[in-house]
Amino acid sequence: MAVALVLVLIVVGSVLFHLLSPWWWTPIASNWGYIDNTIIITFWITGVVFAAVVLFMAYCVFRFRHREGSRAAYEPENKRLESWLTIVTAVGVTALLVPGLFVWSRFVNVPSDATDVEVVGQQWQWSFRLPGKDGKLGTSDTRNVTADNPLGVIAGDPNGQDDVVVEAADLHLPVGKPVKMLLRSIDVLHDFYVPEFRAKMDMIPGSVTYFWFTPTKTGTFQVLCAELCGQGHPMMHGVVMVDAQEDYVAWLGQQQTFAQLSAPQQTGSADETTGQTAAPGPEIAARLETVGSR
Amino acid sequence: MVDITPADGIPPAEVAEMELYHPHSWWTKYVFSQDAKVIAIQYSATATGIGLVALVLSWLMRLQLGFPGTFDFITPEAYYQFITMHGMIMVIYLLTALFLGGFGNYLIPLMVGARDMVFPYVNMLSYWIYLLAVLVLVSSFFAPGGPTGAGWTLYPPQAIMSGTPGGQDWGIILMLSSLILFIIGFTMGGLNYVVTVLQGRTRGMTLMRLPLTVWGIFTATVMALLAFPALFVACVMMLFDRALGTSFFMPAISEMGEQLQHGGGSPILFQHLFWFFGHPEVYIVALPAFGIVSDLISTHARKNIFGYRMMVWAIVGIGALSFVVWAHHMYVSGMHPYFGFFFATTTLIIAIPTAIKVYNWVLTLWRGDIHLTIPMLFALAFIVTFVNGGLTGLFLGNVVVDVPLSDTMFVVAHFHMVMGVAPILVVFGAIYHWYPKVTGRMLNETLGRFHFWATFLGAYLIFFPMHYLGLMGVPRRYNELTDMTVMTESAHHLNSFISIMAFIVGFAQIVFLFNLIWSIRHGREAGGNPWRATTLEWQTPQTPPAHGNFGKDLPIVYRWAYDYSVPGAKEDFIPQNVPGSFGPSKEPA
Repeated sequence: MAVALVLVLIVVGSVLFHLLSPWWWTPIASNWGYIDNTIIITFWITGVVFAAVVLFMAYCVFRFRHREGSRAAYEPENKRLESWLTIVTAVGVTALLVPGLFVWSRFVNVPSDATDVEVVGQQWQWSFRLPGKDGKLGTSDTRNVTADNPLGVIAGDPNGQDDVVVEAADLHLPVGKPVKMLLRSIDVLHDFYVPEFRAKMDMIPGSVTYFWFTPTKTGTFQVLCAELCGQGHPMMHGVVMVDAQEDYVAWLGQQQTFAQLSAPQQTGSADETTGQTAAPGPEIAARLETVGSR
Repeated sequence: MVDITPADGIPPAEVAEMELYHPHSWWTKYVFSQDAKVIAIQYSATATGIGLVALVLSWLMRLQLGFPGTFDFITPEAYYQFITMHGMIMVIYLLTALFLGGFGNYLIPLMVGARDMVFPYVNMLSYWIYLLAVLVLVSSFFAPGGPTGAGWTLYPPQAIMSGTPGGQDWGIILMLSSLILFIIGFTMGGLNYVVTVLQGRTRGMTLMRLPLTVWGIFTATVMALLAFPALFVACVMMLFDRALGTSFFMPAISEMGEQLQHGGGSPILFQHLFWFFGHPEVYIVALPAFGIVSDLISTHARKNIFGYRMMVWAIVGIGALSFVVWAHHMYVSGMHPYFGFFFATTTLIIAIPTAIKVYNWVLTLWRGDIHLTIPMLFALAFIVTFVNGGLTGLFLGNVVVDVPLSDTMFVVAHFHMVMGVAPILVVFGAIYHWYPKVTGRMLNETLGRFHFWATFLGAYLIFFPMHYLGLMGVPRRYNELTDMTVMTESAHHLNSFISIMAFIVGFAQIVFLFNLIWSIRHGREAGGNPWRATTLEWQTPQTPPAHGNFGKDLPIVYRWAYDYSVPGAKEDFIPQNVPGSFGPSKEPA
């Protein structure tokens, strides 16, 4: 009795928790509402199956519990029932898979009007690079990374000269324009993850990975690193600001290009930049040192 | 109803029995023993011991997550070492060793009607190499720099770099060495299990009469023999990268402004090798649990397992399919995105044989005579947690749904439910079930029921709400959840609640251990077959079974393992070695 009751309570409790608890996803700020819909479909199908199986068990435990003199039935197989259950399961699985693969094909095929934005991860900070007027990012190589060239842009590549370099500072994006995030790392694996955009992808040293999305809401969003990258991993936060077009243009105008940053002599404004970008990576490393020596 | 006499379908003995190795001294009887039953207990005790270390580590992690900033000694470095060692110990050194080395060694010879494993000496070596692997693992806690903090997946490049605890110290070297030893030891044991099931069965024990426990352990062992070599190779290569400066997994890297002397390697190659092992590993743990729980349900519901043949083919099918789904752990790893279509499809297909198993378990309950013994309670709890964890697998396996959920607490909740809680509940059920055979005494019932309720409900309350943290976007492997916009005040309270439940569940395990030790002397006398079960291990002349298991003559098997409540029979069970007219009328051919 008690056991059957507990099984029923588990189902009821789980469903109520799902419906009433305050813990749910953050409001979406990208075009990936498709993904949210697929999750909802999955919740429905799996929720029904979970409730059905556990309630069936509860009924069996109640109805067929041992009583004096009772004896079990002898029924090794039932081909008909087994086939039906297999077919129903296959249909359920297909109902999950088809929308899933449909949305995945959208996720991996980048629209042709998407703008490239490069994200570079390193222990434990985010940097960004945007193409200049030519719309092309210059080539890069981890071997070229130096203090003056933190992203390893190849100096001889003319495409790279007008690239806008945002070192260890906030990224701004214009609202409503699709962007293709080109993801790079210069040391270990990282993962660029903004919960509100619903998208994420690992960054691998030596490769360029990508995902695309269209920001649909202006505002400030937190970037989290979602792939374990050493001790500073949980502190590797960043910021993406989604701006209205004119705010974005204004911000872009204040940024430095690769050519400006790598020019040998700089004026006062460059010092300002260096001061502003007191990179959090080394800072986190220093913090960890202090914590570690405690 | 056909009269089955030994002449009917029972083949004559083809070869004479081999002489068993007989121990000559206390040392060869209890320490360097070649008896599979002693080796099983050695494996189980060692696995439990190291498992306790992992349990304590999980408490330390939950202290930090539930009450951030309160415990100064849990530095970020220490936290990562705790999660890494917790994960690795639980998956490899506890679950794999316990199911295959522990249950495999004890049950295979007894259940197939053999006197011992086919290669007893190699079987003994298997245990001692496993023990060595555990000691090397433990030594890393005392090595300079401590154990590795690379996460149990050990992803390079960070695993062997200075930003990760143990990466440039001894931690990672000892971890990789220990894994290599474990695989060598396992291979020796694994070959034994496979050969014993194929060659050591007694007369009349056809493959389709094997208890599902043996089918589960056998299939898992075959899979392990095929999967562990991938991990072996990955460990050797990473050891070379770390110790000799090779670049199998290391591309050009600029670390904190300094260029490393590596180049040309592929970090993602490691992930493919790791998960080519790692996904079958999930089923290496799950299949023995599937098998054992089938037998628990059948015995304690006094009813034959429903759809035995389908159950066998589901086990084999899951085993085979599990080798073509590994990259579902890598949907957001940056591998070619078109792989997603293939691996999502194979992953969701595997849900079908898995669902069939669940249906057949609950249909076995239907019109049964359900005795709510402790093993049965654990079996029921297994079904609940396994169905829950299996269904969340349909979220993560469906590539695009995995994108927001991957690397979040949803994943942590999912795999703990499906391959942590569910198999461990089966382990407990199995211990309550077979303890009387191993020791001759029953475990204490009151303590057992407390242990069951605290463990089952506690674990459910830990991991069910945890999914929702992941849905909110809370990442896994964060020792600090402060300064995060997704972490609301109430989510912090939820974390504290989860931590408190974790301490309660952990405490219940101490009660269980006490019961294990106390009942050896004080438990109720069990007799030879307290559950009135059909399989051969309950039909031994002595309890605990003596060296050689079955007395002078090996049993002859006349029927399948599930003749419970056969119509017309006097008792509600007929052991496999009983001839007679109450034949298994519907036994699968």
